[in-house]
Amino acid sequence: MKVTVDEAMCCGAGQCVLLAPDVFDQRDEDGVVVLLDAAPPEPLHAVVREAASVCPAAAISLGEGA
Amino acid sequence: MSHSESDQVLSYPISSAAALEPPAEWERLRDQCPVARVKLPSGDEASLLTRYDDVKQVLSDPRFTRRLSAVGAARVSADGSGGVFNGSMANTLPQGGEGHQRWRRMVGRWFTAKRMAALRPGIEEMADRLVDEMVERGHPADLKASLGFPLPVWVICDLLGVPDSDRDKFAHWSDTLLNLTRYTQAEIDAAQREFASYMAGQVAARRAEPGEDLLSELIAGTDADGGGLTDAELVGTGQGLLVAGHETTANMIGKMAGMLLADRRLWERLVADRSLVRSAVEEALRYDANPGFGMPRYLDQEVEVGGAVLPPGTTVVCSMAAANRDEYAFDGAGEMDLGRSPNPHLAFGVGPHSCLGQALARTELQAVLSVLLRRLPSLELAVPARELRRVEGLVVGGLRELPVRW
Repeated sequence: MKVTVDEAMCCGAGQCVLLAPDVFDQRDEDGVVVLLDAAPPEPLHAVVREAASVCPAAAISLGEGA
Repeated sequence: MSHSESDQVLSYPISSAAALEPPAEWERLRDQCPVARVKLPSGDEASLLTRYDDVKQVLSDPRFTRRLSAVGAARVSADGSGGVFNGSMANTLPQGGEGHQRWRRMVGRWFTAKRMAALRPGIEEMADRLVDEMVERGHPADLKASLGFPLPVWVICDLLGVPDSDRDKFAHWSDTLLNLTRYTQAEIDAAQREFASYMAGQVAARRAEPGEDLLSELIAGTDADGGGLTDAELVGTGQGLLVAGHETTANMIGKMAGMLLADRRLWERLVADRSLVRSAVEEALRYDANPGFGMPRYLDQEVEVGGAVLPPGTTVVCSMAAANRDEYAFDGAGEMDLGRSPNPHLAFGVGPHSCLGQALARTELQAVLSVLLRRLPSLELAVPARELRRVEGLVVGGLRELPVRW
């Protein structure tokens, strides 16, 4: 799984951080998403998929390559 | 659809036979009339969207603006103004584009998931105290008045650094902004002047003597370009947060408890498995059939939605709650599934304007549900669910009261 985030689209809802704190964080200065792990291990895939599907700004994209 | 049906104009908001049940029209509209003509309390017409994909598309598309003050935009409330959607408070803050994003990020930093998680112990402590007082007074009790209302008001006052003791004033100002039918324009204008002048006083006091609160931090804060918020923006922000922190979560606490107690098997399942609290809160948000007005948007160019071409000058009302019951988006949409995952409901909206305080609302709802399950596992409705009554005429939907015993 390859995770990418779009900082410009992020609205700082924080759902991704609550669901997968090992993969996502928010910047202190503006609440915008920070990607901690672009290639999370398999056990986290389900929760990362959930984070992507509930992101209100559709700022998280998932690819299966690399 | 026959010609006569397509010409029929529904009155909006649509009423419902039972407080916790959705109006029967939602299903018919999603099915047969995804872009429906409706008449607002002002008498002006708008187009109502009820399908998940359409609501999501419109709220994510910047061509659908929040400029409800535009000439030609439908007026929302009975007195002809837009209430909260179109008052001086709303128009003080940037409503779209880069200006909005700059404002959003300056304020959004105080509402991150981590900051909200840090508030949770304090929120639970307050919820515990309110439950103590409710238990002391004995049952039956009104959960809305005892817990649902005071908790979020205390949280937002504490966060902003405004005195909780002024809450009666806030409740009045908030009500005049959010009520669609009850007040005259003169009453609304007077309340808004008072509210703005109160908040200006609070901003001036923090500027002179900063505290550890959000208002003080916003005054001191700067954005990436070194610019801070103007005084007018600070006042508008403080007012917006206070109003947003008032009715929405307060009513949602009552509705959530009402939904979970109306079918007590749901409550018992939570008592038995507290690990469901997070997903149960999300499901209550999705399932809420009485969320209030929905989100209006104004279109100044032609756009296609749900197979219909909307002309420039159209005002659209997005019913997130109708969308949240769309069978094409949610399996078993008409049932509460406390473990539903993922649950991409639209209760907080989507896109760049989705609710700024959603992490706070989630934290409060999870905290209050955890405390209730721990303290009052025997909680039940003190009246049959069909006797629960809705608050009418507010932008935000709620129950008048939630009588409970334990």
